[in-house]
Amino acid sequence: MSVGDYIRGSQIWKSIFRHPAPVDRRNRIVVMLTNFFLHLHPVSIKQQGIALSYTWCMGGITFFLFLVETITGVLLMFYYRPTLEFAFNDILALRDVTTLGIMREIHRWSAHAMVITVWLHMYRVFLTGSYKPPREFNWVIGVLLLVLTLLLSFTGYLLPWDQLAIWAITVGSNMARATPVLGYEGPGAQLLNIGGFDLITNGSDARFLLLGSRFVSEATLNRFYILHCVAIPLVVSLLIAIHFWRVRKDGGISQPL
Amino acid sequence: MAAIRAKGASAAASPAVAAGESAPVATVKPVAAAAGPRPSVQDMLKAVREGKAGAMAAAPAPAVASGKAPVVAPPMPSKPVVASRKVEQPRRGFLMAAIVVACAPFSSAFNLAWTSITAVTGIATLGTARFMFPNVLVEPPSKFKVGPASDYPLNSVSNKWKDQYGVWIVHTDQYEGRNLIVALASVCTHLGCTPSWLDGEQKFKCPCHGSGFYMTGVNFEGPAPRPLERVGLRVAEGMLEVDKSVKFQEEMGQWVDAASFIELA
Repeated sequence: MSVGDYIRGSQIWKSIFRHPAPVDRRNRIVVMLTNFFLHLHPVSIKQQGIALSYTWCMGGITFFLFLVETITGVLLMFYYRPTLEFAFNDILALRDVTTLGIMREIHRWSAHAMVITVWLHMYRVFLTGSYKPPREFNWVIGVLLLVLTLLLSFTGYLLPWDQLAIWAITVGSNMARATPVLGYEGPGAQLLNIGGFDLITNGSDARFLLLGSRFVSEATLNRFYILHCVAIPLVVSLLIAIHFWRVRKDGGISQPL
Repeated sequence: MAAIRAKGASAAASPAVAAGESAPVATVKPVAAAAGPRPSVQDMLKAVREGKAGAMAAAPAPAVASGKAPVVAPPMPSKPVVASRKVEQPRRGFLMAAIVVACAPFSSAFNLAWTSITAVTGIATLGTARFMFPNVLVEPPSKFKVGPASDYPLNSVSNKWKDQYGVWIVHTDQYEGRNLIVALASVCTHLGCTPSWLDGEQKFKCPCHGSGFYMTGVNFEGPAPRPLERVGLRVAEGMLEVDKSVKFQEEMGQWVDAASFIELA
């Protein structure tokens, strides 16, 4: 008996893989159905449905970049402290003294690339008409993922805590002042008042909620750090799982139904 | 028998000496030797093995007679030439095996793909492991100056450096009656808490489990099994200099080390 047979015959192996090698059609289907990661994918697809000229592999590349962002991001968290005292210096230290501090450049460039591939993925889906029923729900999930990708970029932009970061977030968050009704400079803000007392002020509007203060401050840095590293990635992970699962349930990646 | 063989061998190795001893004979022999056929290499080898120097003497003799420097004919190597081929074979086999292993990843796209994935994963894992070892440490230096010895009066414990560096500077004559300044690490030898110096009771008291130590650092109550540890102390440029990278344990007899105290007159 070979070592390979011994390993495949052991209870450890059998407890993980409850089927023989996927060498025939039946076992290939069983493999897809019993593996947690693979079961999110279609059991079978038409060859034309995954033709590169048709899909551009943009969704796959976007997911790959999301994995890159997750791994490099977790590693960067070991060397970054989101406080006024340390944030900028920790970024400089990543560049100057940390071995493989290039991890941050990989994180940054992958983020740029991910925004591009998300747009191209959306463009491809539009061109191939893959947003039409029964895939319209997955299109909505995709739009949410697009918005969350942009929010990840926006929140990550503040973390280096240099002049570019602070003023970019200042300018970007100023738009929230003009939110209808909920922004204190937006139309209809005066409608929310009780007995002449304004409920929407610069200390209680949408922008204040986003920044955690009236201007970009340490509270903002902490708030954006948690949004960037924990809150948004959690939501994105959940939506990605649903997105993949719906691809399978709605008739495969892209071929006509 | 052994002596004879040795003599024969020496004669074969240094024919010039042999020729000098038997000069009269040599003048006669060359004629016959020159006339007869030159003995083959095999014959010479056989002669050497049997201990017969006479057969050998025939060959070098002409050179002696003609007055030229004798050419020493070394005996044939006893190891057959064929043997060297046997030695090379496993090396060549190893080389071939190495080439096969090196080329295996390129034998098919499948093998190349998995070899590449394995290699990249391996490198990434090693890189990640290296990434987790920082190059800059935010820690107090292990060597630092604590002022002149005159700052520390006799039988006193200084808390001045405890918060920053974790050491007490103690000047006491209670240990073996010697007038010493020592640096004690402020780490309890029970489970590593930080004891406090109680001036009124003249003892170090650990708040965690109640271990007590005399001013000298020697334990006398509670669960601590051994005295507090000393760290390195020396005088540099008139100042006391603590070196926390070395430690001295009393129960191991290390407190006699001169690097663990400053003795005052």
